This record gives sequence, structure tokens and C-alpha cells, in this order.
Amino acid sequence: MTDFAHRSLRRVPRPSLRFVPIWRRNFLVWKKLAAPSILGNLADPMIYMLGLGYGLGAMLPQVGGVSYIAFLAAGTVCFSTMNSATFEALYSAFSRMHVQKTWDAILNAPLDLDDVVLAELVWAASKSFLSGLAILVVVWLLGLSSSPLSLWVLALIPLIGLCFGAIGLAITALATSYDFFMYYFTLVITPMTMLCGVFFPTEQLPSAFQLASNLLPLTHATALVRPLLLGSVPADIALHVLVLAAYAAVAFYAALVIFRRRLLN
Amino acid sequence: MEILSATELRKSYGANEVVCGISFAIRAGECFGLLGPNGAGKTTTLRLCLGLIDPDGGRIALGGVPIPQRAREARLRVGVVPQMDNLDPDFTVEENLLVYGRYFGLRERAIRQRIPALLEFAGLAARAQSRIQTLSGGMKRRLTLARALVNDPDIIFMDEPTTGLDPQARHLIWERLRALLAQRKTILLTTHFMEEAERLCGRLVIMDHGRFIAEGSPRELIARNIEPEVVEVYGDGVGDWAARSSGLASRMEQTGETVFCYATDPRQLLAVLESEHGLRYLHRPANLEDVFLKLTGRELRD
Repeated sequence: MTDFAHRSLRRVPRPSLRFVPIWRRNFLVWKKLAAPSILGNLADPMIYMLGLGYGLGAMLPQVGGVSYIAFLAAGTVCFSTMNSATFEALYSAFSRMHVQKTWDAILNAPLDLDDVVLAELVWAASKSFLSGLAILVVVWLLGLSSSPLSLWVLALIPLIGLCFGAIGLAITALATSYDFFMYYFTLVITPMTMLCGVFFPTEQLPSAFQLASNLLPLTHATALVRPLLLGSVPADIALHVLVLAAYAAVAFYAALVIFRRRLLN
Repeated sequence: MEILSATELRKSYGANEVVCGISFAIRAGECFGLLGPNGAGKTTTLRLCLGLIDPDGGRIALGGVPIPQRAREARLRVGVVPQMDNLDPDFTVEENLLVYGRYFGLRERAIRQRIPALLEFAGLAARAQSRIQTLSGGMKRRLTLARALVNDPDIIFMDEPTTGLDPQARHLIWERLRALLAQRKTILLTTHFMEEAERLCGRLVIMDHGRFIAEGSPRELIARNIEPEVVEVYGDGVGDWAARSSGLASRMEQTGETVFCYATDPRQLLAVLESEHGLRYLHRPANLEDVFLKLTGRELRD
């Protein structure tokens, strides 16, 4: 590889609004297929929250100082946002890139790969916003959160979506088939769900796991969302926000470099 | 005026050099053909000229703009018909054009005004609301062509536009391409259909193993590279017959059950064949396919 090609694969992304027409393309597809998509994104986490929250919660004393379902509410908002962004950035983006060749068609227009990958990231975050928001609305309706502080969660959900959307895109950039995503779910997403305070407080974990938990982005999401839903100001806000933003930025850049290597060579 | 020029263009993948220092220039309004067997480097050449991949060496100018440095800007004035259809399967015919027009930064109203004429051109006026899955292969190709015209481009890149189409659909595409040439559009066409190249291209190059091995108009290429007349002979014992009769033509080539006899004056050959029972033959003028096979060989390419 020449120096010229090498430089261009690693160049820093220059985001522009050119991503908007690509985002609108995905939005138009989504509008056509909205019903099953909403069902999948919303019903599934809701069933978990209500089933575990009331079913399992009935047998539990308070968890973290509140009823189990109130504890679980924050975890479900984060988990649902993560899952939705991840699915979109993995399966949907992969099918647009690899199966339908939608990206190839776009790249023949006056748009470049940076625009396409940014559009995918913002789109994954947009879809996950809808998932997170829906759970949040249910949480409000059930009276599980009544603090005005919980409105801040509306600003946090997009950040969580960008974080997991970007990580998902980096995985997609490496994927050779849909089967590849099983590794990511089994080895990363599922353990992360258990380690990051979604279903139970991280204090329950052995100390080595607690250490690992602090390095994972989902921990920082639940650390922000839970206090806000329960009506208190989170500790170390800047740190948690910074970790989520750093994961998003580094993963996005990594995804871009791998996609460039894959598609522009 | 040159609308696309490439000088000493090179591209390698690992140790495999797929484009080996080619140079060419395309004038506005002409149809330029890039012919070659599979794996000759045609698609890589197109992708280099569009600025989708970076060359290892050489210079490209598209619409007066250097590629790949200002490729995005250059592509504003370019239409692309890719080898594989990549229409949006979730959209209708009309939505495909609308969404693609937005990628060029065109205003919604401007695109909507343009759509009826594009559909008319593609013979899809009655199918504006059809889903992509309900279209035939030929219709999909025509829609892909219409999509490539959504920005009213100066030059259209076509990568094997009729591969996989039946003869009727192919003739309709050719007719549409001639209409575009009549509108002074420039076309860069890759193909391995010699008939297509002969019908459409004013000038063409034959490419193999990353190099140009011949260039000129279809007529020039035939006149320069091959005897003017061809007699194809087939039937039982054609091999033995060819071995006995090699003096009757300037060149003979056997492929499977057929012997191709190339000659400037085949009268004596034809007289002999008249008296050969059990052999059948076809006498025809030499065409571009004969040139292509002579230059690139008859062995199978994968």
C-alpha cells in the first residue's frame, strides 16, 4: 500500500450534513415497516420489565432502596436503548452494506463513505431513541418515576444510542456474515447486561467483576439513568458522560477505518 | 473536449497488478467501450475513474476535476449503472428515483418534476407505484438507468448494462443508450458482448490482464487485426478435415466441434466445402468477437 492510500484510510472523519438524505432513506424504509419494528423494539423489553419487575419483584425485599420494578426501570431503559442501537448497527447496517448493496449505490452518488457511516450511526441512535423513549413513557405512566429530573434521561438516551451504535458498526465492519454477530452478542452484549447494573446492583458482583464492570459503557449508562429516574442527581456525571462519549467517538473512528479498508480498496 | 482522461493508471492488490499503466481519453458526446474477459480489470478501472478507490499511480481527470482528490464534486455530474442491480427493494419505482435524487442534494420539487420524464424514458410510466420485486430483470435495469439520469449527468458509466437480460430487453436498452448519445451524453461502457460494443461504441479498447491490447473503432479493429471473412465449419470428422485442408485458409482454429477458418478470399475453401458431405458451414464477415477471441485467446476465464 502506498503512503497516499494509507493516509487516506486513516484520515480523521469530517462530518457534514450530507448524511441527512441517507438518514431519510432509512427513515422512509422504517415508516413502511414500522408496525413490526415498533413491536419488536418495545414489546420485548416491556415484557421483561413487567414480568421480572412484578413477578420476581414480589418475592424480593427492596433492591437498592426501592421496589424491584422501580430499580429495574432504569436498567430496562438502558438495556432497551443498547439493544435497539446494536441490532440496527449490526443486522440492518450489514444487510444494507453487504446484502442489498445499498451503500454501493449511495457511494456512486456525490457522497462518501464517511457520510454513509455517519448516517448509519445517527440512524441507529435515532431508532434506539424511540425504544428508550417508549420504555420511559411506560415508566412514567406506571408511576415508577415522578421526578422532573427524569426528563434528563431524554438527553441521555441518544448518547447511549450513539455509544452502542458506534460499537456495533465497528463489529459490522469486521463481519463476514450474519453469524458473526452471534459472537458479539454472546461474548459482549449478554455478559455486559449482567455486569452493568441492569437487573441487579453492581455491588452484588465479586470485586474482580466490579472492576471489569467499571470499564464497560453500560455501567456508566445505568449509573446516570437510575438516580435520575429515582429523583436524585447522579454522582460523577462528567465522568460517566465522558466515558460514553469516548466509547462513541473511538468506536466510530475505528468503524470508519475498518469500513474504508474493506470498501475503498 | 475531453470529459474523462486517465494517464498511466496503476492499481495492485497485493502482488497482483490488476491495472497496469493504462492511458485513455474520452471526448464529450462519444460512446467509449472498455472490452475484456472477466477479470481483465474493467470494473477496477471504472471504480478508479469514479474515485471510489485510490490508484497506486497515474492521474485521472473527470469533468475537469482531479480524481480521487475531488471525486465527490466530480460525481455530481456523473451517472452510474452498476453491474449488479442495487435498487432499494423496500421502495416503489418512484421512491427509488426520489431517494436517489436527494443524494445529489437536489430539491424534492425538482426531483418530482423530473420523475415523469425519467419513467417515460425507461418505459416505466405505468409502473411508478410498483414495488421493485414485481419488476422483470429488464425493467429493473431500465429503472437503474433512469436512476443514473436523475441528476441529468454529462457522462454515464455503465458496467455491463445488459448482462443477464434476454434479447428483447437488451435491444430496448441499446435503443435507450442510442437516444442518450443523440442527446450528446457521453457513455463509458464496459461489456463482454461484442455485438453491444459494435452497435454502440464509436471507439473502444480491448483490455486483458490490466493492459490495453488494442484500440480503435470497431471497423478499424477488425480491419487491422483479422482476415475479413470467416467460415465456421462443423460436423463429424471436422478435425480430420481441418488437418487435411489447412492450405485453404490463412488461419484455422478449432474449438470443440467447430473449426474457424479465417480468409481474405474464401472462394476456393467454399468450393471444397460444397463437396464435403457430412460437414456443415457458415460463411460470414469477420466481427469484433473474432478480434476479441484472437487477441484474448479462447481458453475459459473465471
